[in-house]
Amino acid sequence: MTAQQTETPEVAPEPWQASGIGGIARAYVAKVRGGDVGALPAVLGLVVLVVVFSVLRPETFTSELNFANLINQSAAITVIAMGLVFVLLLGEIDLSAGVTGGTAAAVMGVVMTNHEQNWLISILACIATGAVIGAAIGLLVARLGIPSFVVTLAAFLGLQGVMLEIIGEGGTIPFKNEKILALTDDNLPVWLGWTIALALVVGFAGLTFLRNSRRRRAGLQYEPMLLWAIKSGALLVITVLVTYYLSKERSINPTLKSLKGVPVSLVVILGLLLVLSFLLSRTAWGRHVYAVGGNGEAARRAGINVKGIKLSCFVLSSSVAAIGGLMLAARSHSVSPSTGGNETLLYAVGAAVIGGTSLFGGKGRVVDAVIGGTVIAVISNGMGLLNKSAGVVYIVTGLVLLVAASVDAISRRRAAASGRV
Amino acid sequence: MTATALERSAVPGSSEPLLQLRGIQKSFGAVHVLRGVDLDVKAGEVTALVGDNGAGKSTLIKGIAGIHGFDEGEYRFDGRRVTVHGPKDAGALGIEVVYQDLALCDNLDVVHNMFLGRELRRSGLLDEDAMEQRARETLDGLSVRTLQSVRTKVAALSGGQRQTVAIARSVLWNSRVVILDEPTAALGVAQTEQVLLLVRRLADSGLGVILISHNLNDVFRVADEIAVLYLGQMVAQIRKADTTQSQVVQLITAGRVGDEGAFA
Repeated sequence: MTAQQTETPEVAPEPWQASGIGGIARAYVAKVRGGDVGALPAVLGLVVLVVVFSVLRPETFTSELNFANLINQSAAITVIAMGLVFVLLLGEIDLSAGVTGGTAAAVMGVVMTNHEQNWLISILACIATGAVIGAAIGLLVARLGIPSFVVTLAAFLGLQGVMLEIIGEGGTIPFKNEKILALTDDNLPVWLGWTIALALVVGFAGLTFLRNSRRRRAGLQYEPMLLWAIKSGALLVITVLVTYYLSKERSINPTLKSLKGVPVSLVVILGLLLVLSFLLSRTAWGRHVYAVGGNGEAARRAGINVKGIKLSCFVLSSSVAAIGGLMLAARSHSVSPSTGGNETLLYAVGAAVIGGTSLFGGKGRVVDAVIGGTVIAVISNGMGLLNKSAGVVYIVTGLVLLVAASVDAISRRRAAASGRV
Repeated sequence: MTATALERSAVPGSSEPLLQLRGIQKSFGAVHVLRGVDLDVKAGEVTALVGDNGAGKSTLIKGIAGIHGFDEGEYRFDGRRVTVHGPKDAGALGIEVVYQDLALCDNLDVVHNMFLGRELRRSGLLDEDAMEQRARETLDGLSVRTLQSVRTKVAALSGGQRQTVAIARSVLWNSRVVILDEPTAALGVAQTEQVLLLVRRLADSGLGVILISHNLNDVFRVADEIAVLYLGQMVAQIRKADTTQSQVVQLITAGRVGDEGAFA
């Protein structure tokens, strides 16, 4: 690295050049000031919201029961948002993700109730429905070149009709299968929750440590040891706190029914988060998704199958949305023609954007959707505890989304000036 | 950098051209764009391709790069007659084009851009370490000192640095001929200097370089040979030492030198 002469002194110091806590902090501040804010605004917003609601409603908001409830409430929105990240990364939009989830859940309801198939086949039917819808949207967008806004707006309207036809006006399909209801109702045994939590921390710390030492041996840029320790330590603290809190007894009447352990829905979210993040950051396909979103023409000239990437992103997004729809249905124990309708999609897009995914494409991570989804869940949950009307909840959520979009726009302008995108 | 691949290339200025075009014809509908064009590109030399707007420069390089085929004529590479049906064929021969608008992804870093579409993989996954190492080696091989870090996002780079990345990408894959389309068009004085040095270094390391430029000062600084297109015809391909700027200007604007018909 002797060749690294600084001929462009205005460029901020990069993390690997930093040493000591001060250096790491300075590098991070420089990165944020340069417009690369990442999920910072969402995390700060989350902290502020949690503090405000904890002060205003100390008994209810911070209770163990409400904490677990919050996770189950936000699960479906978060899952749909995780899928949407892929479409948003392309600079496209999917307005139909919510009703795609609803339609997939309705198909699943029919397969499970009318055709009496077991839960596994039903879930596969659900995801397959999502994939088919995604393929149809993707083909229209990638092959015919119709703007995704129009295609998915049409799908949004059309699929609501499909749901009405499947379920019938005013009807519902009840979900009774315990395995499927467990997705949003049940908790893991306490020991299993702890095992997963520790595996997560050890896995992250171990893999990043190995990677750093391998890169150091190869003479490549690597994360300073201190930064690694800070990151791993932070993950450890957060994971232990969350798991500890969720492992406490939270039932109002424990003798009647014991409620403790990590909710299954959290495990579903974490699993999807790991798989989707892996796809996006470790495979050539994921790299090509970023390239298509950043500069489609450059990607085409580099020999990337741009249409194929677009199609696959829509298929993936809709398949994940189907899982989201399944969780919506599991939570309400039934599918109705309004499942996945109303504000579901808007909340999901809001979650991804609040978390730091850019609507302009090329920038965003799957974890953004999880952070943003939590922000939205905390708002609606906390507002509900304050006995605010639905109107106030919508207004506040809208304002938060607006703030997030403004942060994106401002950081984009700063990034254009300092070149960090 | 792939030093071995470069060293086995021909001695600079040797007689046998690496790339040879003879009697190239190309029409778009009724428009006859290239009319019997000849071109020689020797390994280890910079061949400047000059001509006024509409002379057929872009059509010629797009044909060489396989973006559209020639209608007629002989395309010889390394002494063998070849047919190039698409960019993939040209890439397989070792012909790389650096387009004027560079085609880089701003949201990706230098390494990602250099390997875009041709990522190195290990057991199916991206091999970031190997890619970073090779990117570093290639840049060092070209004596590039202007990049602070290969993990910088391309959006953070200056025009000259972007050009450097685009050129470095073109030599990453054992390329034999690099075609540069107006590499200094949008650059300031200092950055133009850097890029011209880099162009010269490419040729010195044994590659055949085709440089398209409107700036005759640049052409006379780095080129060994100058090929002049005039209304779809190659009116001259001459050694730089045997000509002057004013002669080249006359060739570009009138297709001939002095009052005496075609040159040479």
